[in-house]
Amino acid sequence: MYRFPAQILIVLCFAVLNLFGVEIYAGDVVKKVTTDKITMEMGIFNFGELISKDEIAPYDITIFPNGENLPVGRGSVKQGQQLYAAQCAMCHGESGIEGPAARLAGSDGWFEFNDPLRILRIDKYPILLISVGGLWPYATSIFDYIRRAMPHYAPKSLTNNESYALTAHILYLNDIIDDETVLDKSSLLMVSMPAKERSFIAP
Amino acid sequence: MKANSLIQAARGGLLNRRAFLLSGLSLSSAISLPALAGGKVGMDKLADNLPDWMKMPGGSDIEYGLPTKYEQHIKRELAPSTPETSLFSIWHSPIQNQRGVITPSGLHFSVNHNGLPDIDPSKHQLIIHGLVDKPLKFDMESLLRYPIVSNIHFLECAGNTAPNAVSLTALDQNAQELFGQISGSEWSGIPLKYLLMEAGVKPSAKWVIAEGADGGSHSRSIPLDKLLDDAIIALYQNGERIRPSQGYPMRLFVPGWEGNANVKWLHRLEVTDKPAFTKDESGLYSDILADGRIERFSFHMDVKSVITHPSGQQVLPEKKGFYEISGLAWSGYGKIKQVEVSADAGKTWAKAHIAHPVLSKSLTRFTIPWQWNGSSTTLLSRATDEHGRVQPTRNAWRDKYASYSFNHYNAVQAWHISNDGRVENTYV
Repeated sequence: MYRFPAQILIVLCFAVLNLFGVEIYAGDVVKKVTTDKITMEMGIFNFGELISKDEIAPYDITIFPNGENLPVGRGSVKQGQQLYAAQCAMCHGESGIEGPAARLAGSDGWFEFNDPLRILRIDKYPILLISVGGLWPYATSIFDYIRRAMPHYAPKSLTNNESYALTAHILYLNDIIDDETVLDKSSLLMVSMPAKERSFIAP
Repeated sequence: MKANSLIQAARGGLLNRRAFLLSGLSLSSAISLPALAGGKVGMDKLADNLPDWMKMPGGSDIEYGLPTKYEQHIKRELAPSTPETSLFSIWHSPIQNQRGVITPSGLHFSVNHNGLPDIDPSKHQLIIHGLVDKPLKFDMESLLRYPIVSNIHFLECAGNTAPNAVSLTALDQNAQELFGQISGSEWSGIPLKYLLMEAGVKPSAKWVIAEGADGGSHSRSIPLDKLLDDAIIALYQNGERIRPSQGYPMRLFVPGWEGNANVKWLHRLEVTDKPAFTKDESGLYSDILADGRIERFSFHMDVKSVITHPSGQQVLPEKKGFYEISGLAWSGYGKIKQVEVSADAGKTWAKAHIAHPVLSKSLTRFTIPWQWNGSSTTLLSRATDEHGRVQPTRNAWRDKYASYSFNHYNAVQAWHISNDGRVENTYV
């Protein structure tokens, strides 16, 4: 006669299951609830804290190929030559091809006319098979990397002007700009890298 | 032997698994136990005939366990031409000394473009900004409150096995030198989609620039779809917090994709509508095709395998001996479906046994019994994944790329066995 307590028991069972996050009784459907669903649909894991523009600014250093985020500043090939000799040549070589650090100038690959010793260099430092001037599709990337990572022993120590100047010098080593060029956020965007034509994004 | 000829799986001495079990039986029956000294129990002290370590109390254990001194020669090795610190260092894992599919964390390969930063976790933050509704910051304490998922995955450097991609002659190198930029671990962390959803990704977003907090601020542009799929912020490796050389206190982990994209020491995710063409995606991690075109953002590590036992520079101890061939297979696209092994330079092939569980984007161990007939031969392994992707021959791989392009090399590996049992890297 007394069916009422049985119903209460069922409700209690679901309540207990619910407490353990196993199942939720929703109308006539028993729905399995995963952490994934809770997070995605209910958004209950809001442990992140809002961050202000000012807090982000010191870290917001990515330069995009369209020039987005390029800072104010300017530097010439000639200024770059001096900086290069003082801070870069010991790793990249006097003309950017000797290594041991990454090759900055000339074509990618095994040989090129102006470097008959290339195969010997590559045997010693295989990484010299690739070249910034030969493979990089955008000059903005050169500025970005110099500013964030160079020189290796003191990364992020260069001013924006110095990073523009060194970018200019590397482009000059590649015969991409002439020795009178001064680079800033607008002239850098005018630079066309030979590798851009050869590039495509993997399917 | 008659029994063996009946259960041959392919020429060159490859046997089916039953042969191995049979052989095991006959082996165990052949083992004779040393005669009990004198057989006079009770007459001598037990200590008289036993090794020292059975006659004294053992030493004390230590708080954080280390391998025995007898195995201390099993170490990572620094690739030649890379310095120990800073610049560009490449540490290879000794895969020829490992079994199973989990690499001990201390032996996991490591490629460091700017040395190892010493990051204080209490001062480290992860920032998500850019094309989001709410730019967010997370400290370690808040990150550790999120649900944690764990998955077993391989990690491979895009440049693994590069010598075989570019060297005109097969260099006499061992498996560690040629294949040591592959490792497997259980990686535990926060599904990145949780954090991205919390920040609220704007509809125009397509890419995320992931950046490390190392000296060079290593950064890579990753398609948003991958990060919403199976990427995690890895906080643990093999049950413990990830080590400095793997990105402590956290790294991005993008299963199946080239190691370099799994940004270590992660501190910033910038949601954008375009890639940044960072240093590594502009040069070193591009693939140059045979026609001179440059392929960008080729993230997947394709199906690949290598026999680790026996492998380069090892010597088979017994002519006409019985061996179990063992190796690793993996695919950045999914699960391994089968591995075929040849013991006659590719003329005939047999299916190897695959050890379970077979997991997606994970190292998979294969084995096959082998009776070496004592003459020189060549061992090959060829993996196929669940999508039907098969390892190419070395020639087919090289036809696709420029002669100096060395990333994503996944051709069938060949080990030559000399009459004297020496194993050597070779091309077929």
